[in-house]
Amino acid sequence: MKALANRIQQHPILDFPEKKLVKFFFERKEIFGYEGEPIAAALVANGIKVFRYTEKLKRARGFFCAVGKCSSCLMMVDGKPNVMVCTEPLKSGMRVNRQFGRGKIRALK
Amino acid sequence: MIREEIVIVGAGPAGLWSAIVATKLGASVTIIDDNPIFGGQLIKQTHKFFGSKSHYCGIRGINIAKILTSDLENLPVKKFFNASVIGLYDNNLLAVLTQAKLIKLRAERIIFATGASENNIAFPNNDLPGVYGAGAVQTLMNVYGVRPGHRALMVGSGNIGLIVSYQMMQANIQVVAVLEIMPKIGGYHVHAAKLARLGVPILTCYTIKRALGIDMVEGAVIVKVNKRFKPIPGTEQRLKVDTICLAVGLSPLNELLWQAGCEMVYVPELGGQVAQHNEDMMTSRADIFVGGDLSGIEEASTAMLEGKIAGASAYESLKGVSAESKKIKEQAKVELGMIRQGPFGEKPRWGKERLAARRGWT
Repeated sequence: MKALANRIQQHPILDFPEKKLVKFFFERKEIFGYEGEPIAAALVANGIKVFRYTEKLKRARGFFCAVGKCSSCLMMVDGKPNVMVCTEPLKSGMRVNRQFGRGKIRALK
Repeated sequence: MIREEIVIVGAGPAGLWSAIVATKLGASVTIIDDNPIFGGQLIKQTHKFFGSKSHYCGIRGINIAKILTSDLENLPVKKFFNASVIGLYDNNLLAVLTQAKLIKLRAERIIFATGASENNIAFPNNDLPGVYGAGAVQTLMNVYGVRPGHRALMVGSGNIGLIVSYQMMQANIQVVAVLEIMPKIGGYHVHAAKLARLGVPILTCYTIKRALGIDMVEGAVIVKVNKRFKPIPGTEQRLKVDTICLAVGLSPLNELLWQAGCEMVYVPELGGQVAQHNEDMMTSRADIFVGGDLSGIEEASTAMLEGKIAGASAYESLKGVSAESKKIKEQAKVELGMIRQGPFGEKPRWGKERLAARRGWT
């Protein structure tokens, strides 16, 4: 399964117990991740590195600090802009989109 | 609004020990952390600690975190997970943003143990996806079990750079090289030797010139430097990597201390702006205490000892000195002194001495 492409399967010290796999959407495409892990971890596990583009210079931004400090990973989640995906837990059915500039507020379902 | 005797901000090695000590001595304590799990950086440290038995030698960081959090579990401490302190107002009113709502917390004493954030360095394309802080890669691999890439370049050969490089190899990520701008490897020999045995080159007098790629890292150009750290033309090399890790130091996460009006001092040996504090970990404000990386970049063992001292000091300032609190502080101070006698304790020791020497602070 694609979700496992960048998952560590064997490790000399750590065990990564199998968690509940849930379906979510990245740019309308169906992908999988573990429930409760940060959205960013699920995206990187699926090989997705570009999370947003900046307002002025349209530079690509991705995962950087992992601890909710740097704002590099702001994305649109369920129509809400500026969600820090490195700390936001993944839930089944989430709609995750790349953010362009400051993002747009879309009507929630 | 909730009232509390002692509020601890940050549940890493320093904050956890503060909470354990202050609660055992008899204070009422609340501890707050913005992560879903307590333990701070310990939760991703798979290496074994050095030192003596009382400093958990031979135990991996991840297991020290488990020991401390289970100790805390048995104590009547109020815990906030996934909660950020987003502001400090007059009379020690803390604004705490939890997942559900904003909570106002009035503290008689505050211990700040917020830790540090990773430094960045300037080079073209250092903002490309694929450039990470070394700690971020450690979190991704060791906490979430996800590989950031397949071929990595590490910038910096301090202990974090060396340890994270080794852990990348354990996670089946090829480390192409470790760069060190100084003529000597920065971290412990034992960590460097482990990498050398795996055939990872550690290049001294080398730095990164630029990252390559359009939307994400596809490579890096490295270059040799002279004694003045200036790049030597003609020594550039291109490396094919998809991940660039920066392990170029840490800076104290001190925003709340500035907001508290604590006297701040720039001490390069301690990683930047730190709160002026004394041996009891008290800042220029008698009701605010600090510990761990926030009071000077060091290591987990010293953070735990500073946490113990801060916890006992905060207790004493509320309820007076007890035989037990006195003993805890004396013991911790002796152990701190011993750790800082080592070759790698020199820098922080100078930094702390520099603070102590200022205007008769003791």
